[in-house]
Amino acid sequence: MYTASELKKGLRIKIDNDPYILTEFNFVKPGKGQALYRCKLKNMLNGNQFERTFRSVDTFETADLHEKKMQYLYKEEGKYCFMDNETYEQIYLTEEQMDDAKNFLIDNIEAEILLFEDKAIGISLPNFVDLTVTEAEPWAKGDTVSGATKPVKLQTGYTIQVPTFVNEGEKIRVDTRTGEYMTRVKG
Amino acid sequence: MDNSISDNTFLLARKSDALHLRASLIQNIRIFFINKNFLEIETPVRIPAPAPEENIEALPSGDWFLQTSPELCMKRLLAAGYRLIFQLSKCFRAGERGKLHLPEFTMLEWYVAGFDYQQLMSQCEEMIISAACDLGFSNRLHWQGKQINLASPWERITVQQAFGKYAPVTMKEALRKGIFDEILVEHVEPNLGMNKPTFLYDYPASLGALARLKESDKSLAERFELYIGGLELANGFSELTDGGEQRQRFAKAQKLRAQKGYAAYPLPEKFLVALNDLPASAGIAVGIDRLAMLFAGVSSIDDIITFPPESL
Repeated sequence: MYTASELKKGLRIKIDNDPYILTEFNFVKPGKGQALYRCKLKNMLNGNQFERTFRSVDTFETADLHEKKMQYLYKEEGKYCFMDNETYEQIYLTEEQMDDAKNFLIDNIEAEILLFEDKAIGISLPNFVDLTVTEAEPWAKGDTVSGATKPVKLQTGYTIQVPTFVNEGEKIRVDTRTGEYMTRVKG
Repeated sequence: MDNSISDNTFLLARKSDALHLRASLIQNIRIFFINKNFLEIETPVRIPAPAPEENIEALPSGDWFLQTSPELCMKRLLAAGYRLIFQLSKCFRAGERGKLHLPEFTMLEWYVAGFDYQQLMSQCEEMIISAACDLGFSNRLHWQGKQINLASPWERITVQQAFGKYAPVTMKEALRKGIFDEILVEHVEPNLGMNKPTFLYDYPASLGALARLKESDKSLAERFELYIGGLELANGFSELTDGGEQRQRFAKAQKLRAQKGYAAYPLPEKFLVALNDLPASAGIAVGIDRLAMLFAGVSSIDDIITFPPESL
């Protein structure tokens, strides 16, 4: 059970027997008015989205979903195949079900496959994934203090904003929840 | 090659332009008020008795509280004959955190003896246009994809008119159904101050706890809010100058607070006594962080302050 003030982007709740994920969450409070939570919710089964405003006294049921650790095997005909390393059971996720995760997917990565009534419906990657920069403009010395950023391409084809001092061939850590650059990593 | 710059340092360094703009804005505002013969004052940040308001929660500080606004002390100065006063101070509100909210924020508050809320709207308009001009902005402001014309006169629309224009229910229906805040946030606010800054005024009396009621319609308070690009920037009103009535309104607010399980504050007795000496006047509070956001073109309040609480 959650109260509205505990809601945050990415949280999964149950409304009318369907699992929903919060895709947007904004705290608002009109002058002298009460605290309100403007949320965008996405139905995790059919992808339908809607906006709703909650009050801090509103409560929500936790969506009864479970996750299973599985390993990414390959992509075929627009479907992503994952395997349970203990039972060798394989499942497939569509491009749509993969959502942003496809931007951070590397070979053999272990991910949490989301199951609703034993059916695979989604994926969550580790919060941080290390990816190699495959295309970047060279670093111009002296740019660091201005705090400027530049776009670079990662091994997955994903384009990301990073500080100007990051070079091609280096590995960077990416927060898969926000899709944002965190830090450089050695090795 | 020096690659030792840390990511936290990088985030702070990136704020340089915004922080310079913020500093200039505050300096320009000071000069505006000094040129108009206002007295800059400082009142205590720690106070024993904040105004009991239904939806504003103070942070405790020892046996006292951190101010949620400098309102009560400033009105005591006004009652003592200081007719033109302004203050830039830190204010604190528990549980307020979001893209536009910080539990600790910077507020500009000023009072003018002899003014009513309509005159104060004009002065607020003059102050922001002057600040924009000093910052090198012409009449145009670009914020989050919106183009706002700052040229005078700004739009003024009553709450009732705005509900009629933008909302699926009237103001009275929204109040009766207890969904005033929801309708305001979902339907009205996103339309305010889009081409020109907008003053939304004449609020329901229940939403102006320290404001004077309108002589021609006692169901309304002489209160206004300023919106630019949908962003709420300022709250002002003609002051209630009747200590007895203020005491009754505080008692009502205390009851509502108790029902919600909020902390009970002692009544600000010295303020209530002083209120009877208050001349007819008007006062306004402007969120400096948000005003600076607008000029700096940033979408999050975190981008216009040095250290959001989570970064400490």
